[in-house]
Amino acid sequence: MANMTKNRPLSPHLQIYRFVPTMAMSIVHRITGGALYFGTVLVAAWLIAAASGEEAFNTVNWLFGSIVGQIILFGYTWALLHHLVGGLRHIMWDLGYGFEKEFSTMLAKASLVASIALTVLVWAVVLIVR
Amino acid sequence: MDMRTPLGKVRGLGSAKSGTEHFWKVRTTSIALVPLLLFYVVFLVMYAGKPYADVISALSNPFVATINALTIIASIVHMKLGMEEIIQDYIHSEVMKLTLLMLNSFFSLLVGGLCLFAALKIAFAG
Repeated sequence: MANMTKNRPLSPHLQIYRFVPTMAMSIVHRITGGALYFGTVLVAAWLIAAASGEEAFNTVNWLFGSIVGQIILFGYTWALLHHLVGGLRHIMWDLGYGFEKEFSTMLAKASLVASIALTVLVWAVVLIVR
Repeated sequence: MDMRTPLGKVRGLGSAKSGTEHFWKVRTTSIALVPLLLFYVVFLVMYAGKPYADVISALSNPFVATINALTIIASIVHMKLGMEEIIQDYIHSEVMKLTLLMLNSFFSLLVGGLCLFAALKIAFAG
């Protein structure tokens, strides 16, 4: 039993592999997840302001409506939609489908295209409705 | 003589102490969040930049208030579990790991509590 822990093989480190789309989307999934984690502060600010009264709500609305606010919200929208699209891919894998090399590479690229397209669509609708 | 089976010896010894339940909760919340967040995004698109009174009246609609609360709960659970995974993957010092895991719990509960209270306050008191 003792040898089992001492002589366990180590997998080669990251740098030895060629960087491929599925790897990129894997780390982007984690990064967007981390960003969304801290992004909840934005949702909290919005809800708390709405619960506090008109003055606080208008202040937060003004902040979100500023150029910096809009850029942050645009990034937040993309992070959310990308994590969502990536999450659907993970559910497919959890169910045991889609492990073929060409297919998963294609899907990795497609998820990036889809998340960007959805983000642009959401913001186009926002700007048209407003 | 050690009567314990090899499985019994290693059970609960991983860095996370338990695995399947964690995995399962992440998947359950993620599936719940797909429709919830799609609704949330559509709602935000409809009410982005709208006046205070409009937003409050929309958020106090019972259906919207329920979706709002459920989205908050599922999101907070999901993000807490996700951050736990990140901390366990990258932080190897035991003290630092435990500290960050605890801070993660505090942050998640604080943000979740604030959001939930705000959502319910709007729903019940405007």
